[in-house]
Amino acid sequence: MDVETTLKVQNLQARYIQALDDDRLEDWPNFFTDQCRYLVTTADNLAQGLPLGLIYATSRAMLRDRVRSLRDANVYEAQRYRHMIGPPVLEKGEGGLVHARTNFMVARIMHTGETLLFATGRYDDRIAPEEPQGPRFREKVVVIDSRVVDTLLAIPL
Amino acid sequence: MDSAIRQWPADGVTRVPYWVYSDRDLFEDEQARVFRGPTWNFLCLEAELPKPNCYRTSAVGAMPVVVTRDSEGRLNAFENRCAHRGSLLCINERGEARDIVCVYHNWSYDLAGNLTAVAFRKGMGGKGGMPPDARPDENPPRKLRVDTIGGLIFGTLDAGAPPLETYLGPEIVKGIRRVMRAPVRVLGSYSQMLHSNWKLYMENVKDSYHASLLHTFFTTFRLNRLSQKGGLVISEGGGNHISYSLAADTGGKEYEQAGMRAAQEGFGLEAPEMLRHVDEYGDGVGLQILSVFPTFVLQQTRNSLAVRRLVTHGLEKTELVWTIFGFEDDDAAMTERRLQQANLIGPAGYISMEDGAAPGFVQRGVNTAADVLSVVEMGGRGISSDDTRVTEASVRGFWTFYRARMGL
Repeated sequence: MDVETTLKVQNLQARYIQALDDDRLEDWPNFFTDQCRYLVTTADNLAQGLPLGLIYATSRAMLRDRVRSLRDANVYEAQRYRHMIGPPVLEKGEGGLVHARTNFMVARIMHTGETLLFATGRYDDRIAPEEPQGPRFREKVVVIDSRVVDTLLAIPL
Repeated sequence: MDSAIRQWPADGVTRVPYWVYSDRDLFEDEQARVFRGPTWNFLCLEAELPKPNCYRTSAVGAMPVVVTRDSEGRLNAFENRCAHRGSLLCINERGEARDIVCVYHNWSYDLAGNLTAVAFRKGMGGKGGMPPDARPDENPPRKLRVDTIGGLIFGTLDAGAPPLETYLGPEIVKGIRRVMRAPVRVLGSYSQMLHSNWKLYMENVKDSYHASLLHTFFTTFRLNRLSQKGGLVISEGGGNHISYSLAADTGGKEYEQAGMRAAQEGFGLEAPEMLRHVDEYGDGVGLQILSVFPTFVLQQTRNSLAVRRLVTHGLEKTELVWTIFGFEDDDAAMTERRLQQANLIGPAGYISMEDGAAPGFVQRGVNTAADVLSVVEMGGRGISSDDTRVTEASVRGFWTFYRARMGL
């Protein structure tokens, strides 16, 4: 993969996790193409070929709905995430998409100060590199390593 | 625990003392009297044991168990503990096997949990081994009596438990058969770790009063307004329940008039296709939550179907295991519907996420209030079925059944 594409992908992913960690949830859907696929699943479901997700969206509108629900409807204690991602491994995908596989760890910091290693896993991203506004996720599959989630999963990964 | 404190209040089940959530001795008593007592515990779906010679692990309360389908296709369940030194027999969640071999010293069992071989029982070269009169199977893994209904596998450790369908009661049997209408196809599973006592989650499940107040997504999109037609069915003795509502919206303004947080006028989804459902049962029921004492839940939220069970890891640590399913006869569109509507449930569910936290809120609130009582008087003081869900009757039913099991 050429250096320019690599930097583009890394920049997209860095801005993506910063938006989440800075509580700019309203920006989160804008990292995706209009028609997109966002799936949070477990490594165990994936290994068994089971399609179930913890969060599943098939359009940017659905991602916006989730943000509005998190802001206006759902009740959960104040909390933040801190994402750490590794360098992506890139491959050319179909239709000019770039396939990026990236490890992540997410700490969850509760308002009480309690800090937990909340999730580890990998992003399987299909990235459209030449969108008018810059590169965007066409697909983001978040594969969490554990099948157990502590208490609840409110903020997206 | 001081037995003077451990007296149920005179007001009966309209009052619940907070020590029930924080007493360590009580937790141990429950393992014996509730989970290993004359109750039926949900173990797993038959679909999770799809062919002969396979197993999966599960739990009854805190006790690890193995559930198997043997070479004849028969279902068995037994304690996941070797007769020898007590090691877990199965350390994987699921697998295929013709026999179960303990990893520690290779003691072998058949799929019904009978000890069949002891490694080096006669020693080697005339040395070592067990005495001829030894009884290696003196403390075998405890066997469960197993029965099924609609593809759900239940087990009990108590020979005195009534037959499963008697334990469930006719209304619950009907409610289970309604949902489990065809052979099951598992779509996936996950768990939530709850920082609360197991009973707080079961109260939450049985509490039809909280649903539209805590879960504002539910109400805002008119999935579960209390003004919608629905009701509550409670089995004899109070242990099992069904809460249901019709999918149609009667357009009631009770919430708006009360000025409650739940009703936010004009709140709509940009992508409502997530919620689009078909009336697959043909009865207009959009929501059916069914529970069986102690810790089983069968849920139909529109086309989202799930079984839930609890593993009581500790006094204040409870694992909520979800298995989401459809049916073998589902077409691709139905499967997609179920996957979309799975956004409503689970740890990230629009309507379920709060249920992971609310029991913990109570636990944190009452840990220093052991001798204080909670008030459970919505819908009166009884435990009978009703055509309203603005009631805590099934919570009182839970405690009625619980007290009988516990002798409290």
